[in-house]
Amino acid sequence: MSQAATEIVRISAHAGSVPGAGLNREFQVCKLVDTTTCIGCKACEVACLEWNGYTFSETTFNNSYQTMPETAWNYWNLIKFNEHERDDGSTMLLMRKDQCMHCEDPGCLAACPADGAIVQYANGIVDFQEANCIGCGYCISGCPFNIPKFSPAARKVFKCTLCNDRVSQGLEPACIKACPTGCLHFGTKPEMKELAEKRAGQLREHSGFADAGVYDPEGVGGTHVIYVLHDAKNPEAYGGLPKDPHVPISVRLWKGPLKWIGNLAIVGGVVGVFIHYLRFGPKIVKGDEKSGQGDNR
Amino acid sequence: MSREPYLLPNGRVLRYSFHERLVHWLAAIPYIYALLSGLAFWSPWLFWIAIVLGGTTIARELHPWAGVIFVIAVSLMHGMWGREMHETPSDKAWWANIRHYIRNEDDQMPSADRFNPGQKLLFWGFFWNAFLLLLTGLILWFPQYIPWNLRILRLLAVIVHPICALLTIALFIIHVYMGTAFERGSFGSVIRGDVSRAWADEHHHTWYRRILGESTSRK
Repeated sequence: MSQAATEIVRISAHAGSVPGAGLNREFQVCKLVDTTTCIGCKACEVACLEWNGYTFSETTFNNSYQTMPETAWNYWNLIKFNEHERDDGSTMLLMRKDQCMHCEDPGCLAACPADGAIVQYANGIVDFQEANCIGCGYCISGCPFNIPKFSPAARKVFKCTLCNDRVSQGLEPACIKACPTGCLHFGTKPEMKELAEKRAGQLREHSGFADAGVYDPEGVGGTHVIYVLHDAKNPEAYGGLPKDPHVPISVRLWKGPLKWIGNLAIVGGVVGVFIHYLRFGPKIVKGDEKSGQGDNR
Repeated sequence: MSREPYLLPNGRVLRYSFHERLVHWLAAIPYIYALLSGLAFWSPWLFWIAIVLGGTTIARELHPWAGVIFVIAVSLMHGMWGREMHETPSDKAWWANIRHYIRNEDDQMPSADRFNPGQKLLFWGFFWNAFLLLLTGLILWFPQYIPWNLRILRLLAVIVHPICALLTIALFIIHVYMGTAFERGSFGSVIRGDVSRAWADEHHHTWYRRILGESTSRK
């Protein structure tokens, strides 16, 4: 995970093989959220606030367990509650811990114009570097999960770091540590994927959730936070988890073709008028050049 | 309409009044700030411009304000020039002969009024793009206030804003080139306000004839 820098590839003047060379280490981290064993206790929310040094925000009441409508710049981890009516008429309380998904193909990073404001580490963590953030909010538009939030006080954007500070020291994220039911897991991506698939299989075979599955959306190249859902065919029911998230097409067009067309057009325009001047020269009105009225200026 | 007389005592012609010059620069200077800071946010290769413009966060703060002043100035321009900028039947002939204009064969151009059709295109291009830049710019200024279910507005804004900006850049390049290097005498007209009689006759013959007529009828 954080040991990539200490993995030895070559050693000078060393007889024999390099210790550990060729060892296949897995650096990609992943958080697994099993929504089927979440009890909505909000311990993860508290742990997140405590570790990151934020205080509780004012809550709103909307006749449900939902304490806030969405995550905030100083509230990165929020359980989304949904009283979901099933086909047989019964109600099922769906609870999903919402936070940054740490996309493999992050829309926030694609949209950001500020040098060094968003970085993606080799372990998959996408982290905002507020010192470099200019507060433009383009990341808000680039995110398909509604995660980056603007702080009016700091005039910068904040979001979940996947506890990069903890993970880089070999610790698991704060939310994982607080979960009492074990619905949160943290490990390498393949391990978590395997565990998630196993759990989804259990749900399909033993618990009557025929559509149970793992949410690791391909559209953003997979994520470093994955979910086990009772009904993977309807992620929207889990507090608006997008079915097929992508980096927005307009961000792609803007950062891709439009940029090239625009750059060529600007350079072409400047070069064009220069060549025009070389070829045709200025328009000097006859009479002005001799009149001494200085209209050649 | 009370205005400064067109024919000046020194034998020159007043092209732009003090008020018009002031409004022009009220638009131009904020536009150039917005352009440069916008280019900084447009490409990582140009991000250094934001540092020159007072720092990256300052440039982000000032860019929208510069845009607002620009749009106000363009609205004032619409108030003072809007009527003169409307298309007239003779505009078609002017565009049909545009190649002569480009090649400096001005004797073969149809005569132009106070604003030639190219200037009208510049004006309306800036006017409508300023309007769209303001609309999309407001969304990009305060993306945090756009609710999630209206995010389509943000997604439209991130693509429409740079497209409009690029269109104005195209107009801007041509405008600056023509106003400084290409059409001698026109830069002075937007600084000091006046042009020579020969200049007015050559470039805006219809306008020049009319103000000559006005001044003689007044006598």
